[in-house]
Amino acid sequence: MSPLLQVDGLSKFYGQRIGCAEVSFDLYPGEVMGIVGESGSGKSTLLNCMAGHLPPDAGRVMFDTRADGMRDTVTMSEPERRMLGRTDWAFVHQHARDGLRMNVSAGGNVGERLMAVGARHYGDIRAQAIDWLGRVEIAEDRIDDRPRQFSGGMQQRLQIARNLVTGPRLVFMDEPTGGLDVSVQARLLDLLRGLVREMGLSAIIVTHDLAVVRLLADRLMVMKDGHVVETGLTDQVLDDPQHAYSQLLVSSVLQV
Amino acid sequence: MTDYNFAYLDEQTKRMIRRAILKGLAIPGYQVPFASREMPMPYGWGTGGVQVSAAVMTASDVFKVIDQGADDTTNAVSIRRFFERTAGVETTEATSDATVIQTRHRIPEEPLTDDQILVYQVPIPEPLRFLEPSEVETRKMHALEEYGLMHVKLYEDISAHGAIATAYAYPVEVEGRYVMDPSPIPKFDNPKLSMAAIQLFGAGREQRIYALPPYTRVVSLGFDDYPFEASKAEHACALCGATDSYLDELIVDDAGTRMFMCSDTDYCQSRRAAGHVGAQGTPFKEDAA
Repeated sequence: MSPLLQVDGLSKFYGQRIGCAEVSFDLYPGEVMGIVGESGSGKSTLLNCMAGHLPPDAGRVMFDTRADGMRDTVTMSEPERRMLGRTDWAFVHQHARDGLRMNVSAGGNVGERLMAVGARHYGDIRAQAIDWLGRVEIAEDRIDDRPRQFSGGMQQRLQIARNLVTGPRLVFMDEPTGGLDVSVQARLLDLLRGLVREMGLSAIIVTHDLAVVRLLADRLMVMKDGHVVETGLTDQVLDDPQHAYSQLLVSSVLQV
Repeated sequence: MTDYNFAYLDEQTKRMIRRAILKGLAIPGYQVPFASREMPMPYGWGTGGVQVSAAVMTASDVFKVIDQGADDTTNAVSIRRFFERTAGVETTEATSDATVIQTRHRIPEEPLTDDQILVYQVPIPEPLRFLEPSEVETRKMHALEEYGLMHVKLYEDISAHGAIATAYAYPVEVEGRYVMDPSPIPKFDNPKLSMAAIQLFGAGREQRIYALPPYTRVVSLGFDDYPFEASKAEHACALCGATDSYLDELIVDDAGTRMFMCSDTDYCQSRRAAGHVGAQGTPFKEDAA
């Protein structure tokens, strides 16, 4: 099996400061990769560089495109990269407000990516929107409500539906459960786990919540000060951390 | 006429505006930035249209101004008098006699010819503005032809009202490329945008000029199952009996009685002069007004 995404020596500097440095890994189809680390460790910078939101200073991000096979998304033209961003890629923001159009109805939010890739039949777009709202457990009669009338958890689920409607192959998630209370988090994780399995999605999840990666991620990368300090299978890293920082991170989790 | 340069603006400014117009004509539907000047009228009163008119006007032109189709409203009268004073050009109310027509929110009913120029006053030239507030982002969307968002607006219309409720400023696609705001003309006028005359759009406050060369292919956006429909009030003009013109609705008494009449005053008058009489019209008499 060939990798879906190959990251090779990815670095980003903010002047003299390191955003992330020399990050390399492969991601295979259907695999979920977790990136953990404390605030300021460079995990969001890394995610944004991979998703094309930030131009990296060095390195390559190779993606297995449907048309041309492996392509470097850093050097491809902007229209191509933006096209990837609304077809094969999806990006789930920590704050649903960043990922949704708050003054457009739920149906319009889900339909936007369909219309952006050329759907021009209202009935079809609406049917797909209803289908996707159902999959993320939003009642059909809320389709014409605006996201601001939704609770935080619903907004996050709507954002996920909006991203997955075009059948992407790779999902970037930045703290998808941040700011939600634990019972809502649990439902959301359950949903995400189901969708990832069902659609065979590959995902890269950035979080500081170790419980989230324990549930969702197959593999784990621990970051500290812009560098990857440890990688491995999730259970292996969490149960037997090798690097001093990973040990600190794992032992810092509060036990209830 | 010695106090002002011909048509108020200085020659350098007119050349700058003409360059923007030529660029606009070369790239139909593309919004060309230009250095909009202060004009002796407030923004929103047609400063963009006035600057474009001033730049294309010659001493032999015959000038007409309409405001929502009417020749006799304050805005139309003052712009007409402005150019009478500063350019000394001949003015008219007859559509067929005019060579330059400045318009606010209407296209004349009478088909225009290839020796006429239609100048639109545009309040907000960016069709994506209310969906995407960032100008940087909207320009990128135009450059990359990312127009999915425009259909989101139409989708919202259908989901809220059961039909595309946008009745004016209805977005169009120009020559299969740029999506353009045709200024707030009623969507009844949209099919007329492919015409023989040159159409120039000036937005003074927003500092943009765009243009449609003659016979440009202009398509109003829509969905396969909810296509674009030009619409008007289902009535005949009460004064001239026309059934093919865009109508104004007037409430004429406290009981809410309505009267529908042509919004294009020149069209209505010339029909009445030709002997057409509507349900509430009186036979036309010269100088009756």
